[in-house]
Amino acid sequence: MTNLHYDVVVVGSGPGGLAAAISARQNGAEKVLIIERDIELGGILLQCIHNGFGVEVFKEDLPGPSYAQRFIQQVHDLKIDTLLDSMVLEATPDRRLFITNRKLGIREIQARALVFAMGCRERTRAQIRLPGSRPAGVYTAGTAQRWVNVEGYMPGKRFVILGSGDIGMIMARRLTFEGAKVERVLEIMPYLSGLTRNYVQCLQDFDIPLQLNHTVKRIIGNNRVEAIEAAAVDEQRRIIPGSEEIIPCDTLLLSVGLIPENELSRQAGVRIDPVTAGAFVDSRFHTSVPGIFSAGNVVHVYDLVDWVTQAGLAAGKGAALFAQGKLAASDKVVRTQAGENVRYIVPHTFDPDLLAEEAIPLQMRVKQPIEAPVWVEAVCNGKSVTRKALPYARPGEMVTLNLKPDVVDSIRESGTLTVNITER
Amino acid sequence: MTARFLSRYKLSILLIEKEIDIGSVTSAANTALVHPGYDPVSGSLKAKMNVAAVPLWLNLSEELNFAYERCGDFVVAIGQEELPQLDELVERGKRNGVTGMSIVSGDEMRKREPLINPAVSGALFAETGAMCDPFGVTLAAAENAVMNGVTILRDTAFEDFIIQNKRIVGVKTNRGAFGCRWAINAAGLFSDVVMHKAGVRPEFKITPRKGEYLILDRADFELQSVYFPVPTEISKGIMATNSVHGNTILGPTAHDQDDKEDKTNSESGLQEVLEGGRKLIPCVDPRHVIAVFAGLRAAGNAPCETPGVDYGHDFIVEIPATIQGLVNLGGIESPGLSSSPAIALRVIDLLKDAGEKLVEKSDWNPIRPARPRFRHMTHAQRQAVIEKDERYGRVVCRCENVTEGEIVAEIHSLVPATTYDAIKRRTWLGTGRCQGGFDLPRVTHILARELGISETAVSKKGGDSTFLLRPTKQAEDDHD
Repeated sequence: MTNLHYDVVVVGSGPGGLAAAISARQNGAEKVLIIERDIELGGILLQCIHNGFGVEVFKEDLPGPSYAQRFIQQVHDLKIDTLLDSMVLEATPDRRLFITNRKLGIREIQARALVFAMGCRERTRAQIRLPGSRPAGVYTAGTAQRWVNVEGYMPGKRFVILGSGDIGMIMARRLTFEGAKVERVLEIMPYLSGLTRNYVQCLQDFDIPLQLNHTVKRIIGNNRVEAIEAAAVDEQRRIIPGSEEIIPCDTLLLSVGLIPENELSRQAGVRIDPVTAGAFVDSRFHTSVPGIFSAGNVVHVYDLVDWVTQAGLAAGKGAALFAQGKLAASDKVVRTQAGENVRYIVPHTFDPDLLAEEAIPLQMRVKQPIEAPVWVEAVCNGKSVTRKALPYARPGEMVTLNLKPDVVDSIRESGTLTVNITER
Repeated sequence: MTARFLSRYKLSILLIEKEIDIGSVTSAANTALVHPGYDPVSGSLKAKMNVAAVPLWLNLSEELNFAYERCGDFVVAIGQEELPQLDELVERGKRNGVTGMSIVSGDEMRKREPLINPAVSGALFAETGAMCDPFGVTLAAAENAVMNGVTILRDTAFEDFIIQNKRIVGVKTNRGAFGCRWAINAAGLFSDVVMHKAGVRPEFKITPRKGEYLILDRADFELQSVYFPVPTEISKGIMATNSVHGNTILGPTAHDQDDKEDKTNSESGLQEVLEGGRKLIPCVDPRHVIAVFAGLRAAGNAPCETPGVDYGHDFIVEIPATIQGLVNLGGIESPGLSSSPAIALRVIDLLKDAGEKLVEKSDWNPIRPARPRFRHMTHAQRQAVIEKDERYGRVVCRCENVTEGEIVAEIHSLVPATTYDAIKRRTWLGTGRCQGGFDLPRVTHILARELGISETAVSKKGGDSTFLLRPTKQAEDDHD
């Protein structure tokens, strides 16, 4: 087993990983490696053949593979090493990785700095404890997306989609294009869980009904899905008796949430935030383990790829500085705190000296939707630091509050910065 | 198991299975335990078979190479009022011939299992309790049987006996008729239907008893052992157990039903499992759940034949007097898996008693070799297996670290895996926290390639349980 040594090793080649590797290289790391379990770079972007990528980063509206290709080209131009078709089996707190690959066998890789960019996985039917039979024909939306867009197969012809997540809505349109009938999209919550633009472009434009406050009561069919029983739910998300309806279909797609994939992070001793299911990070996406960074959907689930890229750039820079011994440990730390109607904020901490040099985006999600103008307001010691106005706030749409260097003096002496999102 | 034990004799043996895979119904959906034998009613055949089987398991697991861990088990009394029942169980265990039982204090129990309900007042510890991989047991036995000359026909459904002069001379199936000197009814949930075709025990009836289960992610916590509540009249109650995977299993419920196919989960059943599990392990949270399933116990109504024992749900292991050529097994519910090796030996004794001259083969091989399991290997062992076959270097199931090499080996094994679920049961692929979301398209591809079929013909469990409808860009004939 030959050991390999790198300045920065990035696990995962989705948008977060690609950006982190490029940024690490551009910030002075000489030997950079990307490890990817699939046979090509790009991660889940490769199966996202719809457009909507790059509006923030490139001011262009690109399909997923095109967006990925721009970064893949840079990876090649910067002579960043890649290990494809390779799975990381083990990660240690001292930044050693054990990988497996058909040709190389088991290899140990020592990194000066490590970036975890494993992305997220989809919540399954078991995790929402969906009752009924267990036939073929119940798939997560992402699995169906891979089948249709990469493998070239249709998993059914008559669909019901549970959950109004973005992938689910995008697949509703995609399957319609491919000649399938999407009967409806059911959402247990009283509001959309994905982006409004996806609701408009993927459901409304194709006359696919969305039923809020509805769920699947049970799955019917022994070998293959034959129907599902849908039902309305009350405020406590309990099924309302008498509201049941049998919907014949051969496939049930689930778009019921994404979970950051942190098994390797846990192995390496990285502290995980139970709210986000991702690592506790500072504004450079440095985790609780020195030299281990975490970028993209593995930290918290984003709604726009552009933000994942930004996070990757920040994490890659941090990793490069750490690898070069240039990342001074700071004893000054400001904690961010989720205040009124805020579920969580990333980053969890930041160094005020860093804020003095560059703006720090605080990203958060609201607990409850507010369909009216809101203030997103950062508060320190009871005093407003900065605020911005938004026309509304919805759980499906991430809120970003940019902290600018000019506010550093009002934050510096306080240990905590709280953000509230309230009606204006 | 009976086929495997019989394969040591010079006999021509055919095993027919109506499902597309062996052991895929009740044997694949249970609590995955070998019980010590203190639970069955004293004097019942259940108690005898269970206790007789316990000493056979360690050797069997070494011969057949399936996962078996003798960790002991606990019956946990919560609150003082449940404490006296432990003594009753110990007494019953002693009557049944169970050894290695002891009572541990509440303090000791809390020390051994930090997650246990702090209201624990004491527990019965039985050192012979064990966890196993229940499908691994049936698969290993089947493979060893095939190694020793047994033929297995799957997807082959029994239809009727061929009877001449009150003697069974063959069976009719959907794949034609087969002649035989002996027919062994091991039809589980359908054992009543099969014996009725031979005119045996017309009053015997299997009433399927559904058990629902939840599996919890080992990333959240791992239990130290196997924990039962104090038993109720009809079942051993909802237990919380570690498994040979490290995942916690909660369950089962116990509800009688008429339908022998209905293995659906219900909202109320899953809620019952959660609440039952919390009685023992209060920190159980719905967010820990990674899988749900349900199994059916083949509960019968055969009276116990021991004089003076009033028990109406015993095993049947017999050669009926009313017809020749039938070995009849019925009502093999829990502890059926635990008892299976003893039942197999009893079948052999019955055949000998019936005058069958069982001659041992000189070349009988009791060893079913283990196949490489990447997940359990050291890095050096992994390196060695990849050097021999590079497909062991590609991980297809990321949660359970199952490699392409393992999948291909199962597709070409002695009892070949031909469906997704068959691979899942053999390798534990897709049983982790992502439940196959990542591996499903990849395994579909591998199955199609290795079996030489189209990906649209690859199924979950045979029949019309196919995953894919058609290639994209190809119009459906019936598209409107």
